[in-house]
Amino acid sequence: MERTTIDLWVGIFVAAGIAALLFLAMKVGNFGGFQAASTYSVQASFDNIGGLKARAPVKSAGVVVGRVSEIRFDNERFQAVAVLTLDQSFAFPKDTSASIMTSGLLGEQYIALDAGAEETMLAEGDALKITQGAVVLENLIGQFLYSKSEEEAAALDGQ
Amino acid sequence: MFDAITRTLRRLGSRTVNTLWRMGVATRFFGLTLLHSGTAFRRPQLILKEIFSTGVLSLIIIVVSGLFVGMVLGLQGYQTLQTYGSEEALGILVALSLVRELGPVVAALLFASRAGSAITAEIGLMKATEQLAAMEMMAVDPVARVVAPKFWGAVISMPLLAAMFSAMGIFGGYLVGVVLIGVDEGSFWSQMQAAVDVREDVMNGVIKSVVFGVAVTIIALFEGYDAPPTAEGVSRATTRTVVTSSLAILALDFVLTAIMFRGV
Repeated sequence: MERTTIDLWVGIFVAAGIAALLFLAMKVGNFGGFQAASTYSVQASFDNIGGLKARAPVKSAGVVVGRVSEIRFDNERFQAVAVLTLDQSFAFPKDTSASIMTSGLLGEQYIALDAGAEETMLAEGDALKITQGAVVLENLIGQFLYSKSEEEAAALDGQ
Repeated sequence: MFDAITRTLRRLGSRTVNTLWRMGVATRFFGLTLLHSGTAFRRPQLILKEIFSTGVLSLIIIVVSGLFVGMVLGLQGYQTLQTYGSEEALGILVALSLVRELGPVVAALLFASRAGSAITAEIGLMKATEQLAAMEMMAVDPVARVVAPKFWGAVISMPLLAAMFSAMGIFGGYLVGVVLIGVDEGSFWSQMQAAVDVREDVMNGVIKSVVFGVAVTIIALFEGYDAPPTAEGVSRATTRTVVTSSLAILALDFVLTAIMFRGV
């Protein structure tokens, strides 16, 4: 085959391959997805983070406003500390509360921010005061069984 | 009785020694190929020709099978996810299974049977018709002139083919899931983007395909170079290439997956 024809086809092949890689990186992966140019990070301590993972979304009113950039264990207060990286264009009052929620019944976990009412806004390095950890299914069942048995005991007492 | 035992043991021993010997020769052959790659890089036209015959000519089979694998994933995934009411996760299912596993593995299997067998047959036939010996007579090193360009051409083609396979597969999953069945388009893409990590998933898939490319190519080249110079020998070598490289791909895939995705 002509040399120029081979060159052309190899060129097309390599270009298509690179296009496929770019498609995988841009459209399929999250490269260039949520990546705010300027961010600020705040900390939130939780008694239990459940299945929360780094890179989980931070949502407010269901809209993604940031990501969990780091999760570590605070060995002095025995709590989990999540570092939330928030988009600079979203400002939240200082008394904003954070809670760990699950999207759907078995879905991934995320942090929900509930805006407070204070005048001053959160700044870089602040810590969220009011937090609500993940709901642990075992504890819920335990509580349910406990209250159920109390009810039955009360009913027996009443007889 | 005693005779039978010694005969079995002797056969086992000779098998083991032969296998080890072949593996040793194959490793030295691999080293030799890398060592003689200089000529190939000084004459990129040789590599371009090999990219054409291994990469461009494998395009059709890769693209078509990628599309169909993705479409089947879309159909099957939808059936199962629907029972749990989470058909929006179809994008995640299709993208992760293609990018992490099916893309590199199936593309490499197709590559082994499409390009690997051709490499073995070509080199085997060159050996059988004494073209390689003629080259040596002319003081042209056949490893530098024939083997190394084929090696680099195939190693460059393989990751590109795997990426195209994955991309086509995701497009196929999109066609079936969104266009045909009617899964919500927004959540199909956004959940996929939230779950697929560029470094963790896409890059690891590319690394896998490079490793598979090296394994398939070196097996194909060695089988061809080592083939007995007869018609039967070349045909057996071609068969062995496809069988050995398929097994090598699957075994390597397990090892790589165990290393890459242990923490996930």
